[in-house]
Amino acid sequence: MYQYNEIDQTLVDERVAQFRRQTEQFLKGELSGDQFRALRLRNGLYIQTHAPMLRVAVPYGLLSSRQLRKIAHIARTYDKNYCHITTRQNIQFNWPKLEDVPDILAELATVQMHAIQTSGNCMRNTTSDHLAGVAVDELEDPRPYCEIIRQWTTLHPEFDYLPRKFKIAVSGSTHDRAATQFHDIGIHLVKNDVGEIGFKILVGGGLGRTPIIGQVIKPYLEKKHLLSYLEAILRIYNLFGRRDNKYKARIKILVKETGLEAFSQMVEEEWAYIRDDLLLSAERIEAIKNHFEVPAYQRDASEDNSYSQLLTDNAEFASWYKHNTVAHKVSGYRAVFISLKAPDSPPGDITDLQLDKLADLADQYSFGEIRSTHRQNLILADVKQGDLFALWQRLIALKVATPNIGTVADIICCPGLDFCSLANAGSIGITKEINEVLDDMDYIHDLGDIKINISGCMNGCAHQSVGHIGILGVDKKGVEWYQLTLGGSSENEAAIGERLGPAVEKNEVSQVIATILDVYVKQRLDDEESFLNMVQRVGIEPFKERVYANH
Amino acid sequence: MQIIKDKKLTENTWQYLADDAQLTSGNMSVSLTKWLQAEQQLLNCEGQLGVRICPHDSVTLLANQLDKIALVELDFPDFADGRLFSSAWLLRSRYHYEGEIRAVGHFMPDQVFYLSRVGVNAFAPEKEEYLPFILANLNDFSVAYQNSIN
Repeated sequence: MYQYNEIDQTLVDERVAQFRRQTEQFLKGELSGDQFRALRLRNGLYIQTHAPMLRVAVPYGLLSSRQLRKIAHIARTYDKNYCHITTRQNIQFNWPKLEDVPDILAELATVQMHAIQTSGNCMRNTTSDHLAGVAVDELEDPRPYCEIIRQWTTLHPEFDYLPRKFKIAVSGSTHDRAATQFHDIGIHLVKNDVGEIGFKILVGGGLGRTPIIGQVIKPYLEKKHLLSYLEAILRIYNLFGRRDNKYKARIKILVKETGLEAFSQMVEEEWAYIRDDLLLSAERIEAIKNHFEVPAYQRDASEDNSYSQLLTDNAEFASWYKHNTVAHKVSGYRAVFISLKAPDSPPGDITDLQLDKLADLADQYSFGEIRSTHRQNLILADVKQGDLFALWQRLIALKVATPNIGTVADIICCPGLDFCSLANAGSIGITKEINEVLDDMDYIHDLGDIKINISGCMNGCAHQSVGHIGILGVDKKGVEWYQLTLGGSSENEAAIGERLGPAVEKNEVSQVIATILDVYVKQRLDDEESFLNMVQRVGIEPFKERVYANH
Repeated sequence: MQIIKDKKLTENTWQYLADDAQLTSGNMSVSLTKWLQAEQQLLNCEGQLGVRICPHDSVTLLANQLDKIALVELDFPDFADGRLFSSAWLLRSRYHYEGEIRAVGHFMPDQVFYLSRVGVNAFAPEKEEYLPFILANLNDFSVAYQNSIN
């Protein structure tokens, strides 16, 4: 993975010093609340319902075992022994003390980590495919480009006070696992007519209150132009994005109101001025690529087939293998999901002890690296098939082997009313109730691929509008109600879910979900028809009919 | 009040003239509207001329006249309005303006490092007590990832 050089290290060290000073000035009353708010947000620090929340950047979801141990140490020393994986592959601490945050950032800097630009109206952490570098359907590893973008976005002097937050995601595979169509800028590695690899650029996608699918602004961009083209888009957005209404300030609204053609024209004109000044050289790309070199895979890994007998003999292992591991581009290896969706714990939460043990497992089984996913799980990406059984047993002991990845129980959930000051309604409790209704693992497996996303307010941190089933908490005169949508997707066939009908009361949600799933099981064409395919085929009517039958 | 220019404390020799005020002598800055309306009259006055830019003003309107202007003031109504960062960059990089670019109004002392990187070389903060912070904060970082003006 990427290793800091002296410049990278100096930059994060100086950032820590700067934030330490800003915090001291705020505590002495030399910085106003408004001023400090803008500065602390740009260092990942929110003030939440109970305490500050610190969001740490995990660039494109990649962590070393050393970094994982540091996260564990911070959870233990400065927080309540756990942290939370976010939907943008970052890590959140829910209980740090404001005056401790500079020390936490200094600790992070010792392992080449930071919280720079993880919130605020600036360019955020660049996210990517959690299977980058190991996916079987990958054209090229997107991580070197993510790192190039990470550096370009970090402390960009011109674009740190944008109209609103700005998110970039990069995918290098044919299957989009990075939700690129729902980012301010989505980037796909693609091949052109003569077989060269470059980028397809999408713009103006986003979730939140006004979900919009991004549109292609540049079908093919040569690699050398990546940064100049991004700069052109950002300059147009910075100058012309709306600043009069924060709900209309994202680039998606500018693109929508301007029209893609006119917006694209503005970008092209801007780009014409700068395209030759900011070239990304082949040498620089190569230098960054060298940081992501292929690990020392064992050539004979595929010869150890002991696990296939175990798959036959042990149904639980077979179930875990089927649901929680995926194919790897190198024969004899699998990528292994660490499920942070145990039925009795909040989605995406992980304890210091689990983090420490996972760091050991990463060292032992996966070249010392681990990844975070936007569905709030972790991955050991390079596990030899011969090690799978032993690893599975270790993961069971850590309670992170629930065989539910990609199932209805793999719920994306925001912190909701329990932690977040923006929330209108609880989300963790709803997840728990759904889990209680779905207590039969065979039924869960029979349901197949269903993505439930639950957000506690319109801001939609859990991306409910692109959940196959979306659940949105709303406040009606001080009471928590839940609005359901069906048929959303953040993958290739991107779609925004359709509203099922009137919101339902809190105590009805899990039963409504059970009803929806029952309609699916009874009316699907066959076992092959997924929930999403069925919703696309029949629409929401059959679901609506049953859910509101008694109303 | 003193200002900071080229990393030094300096006396301010400029005066901003409201749109309805009488023209005087000495170094005067005016709004972009005033400049576009009364350019010739202004050029007839003694002293140097400056133009005060608001976030919504397009600096492109000044592009051909920058040789007559000794000062461009970037007037921050609110520190969160980042358009003026692009305005400064455009003045320096695209229109090759070499005169003084001065941040005025409600910018934060914690923004001066970025402002200086996009080409702002003078700072007239809203409060005099910010001056020492500005001098210190101009040295916040010794490294940078991107090319900009400085």
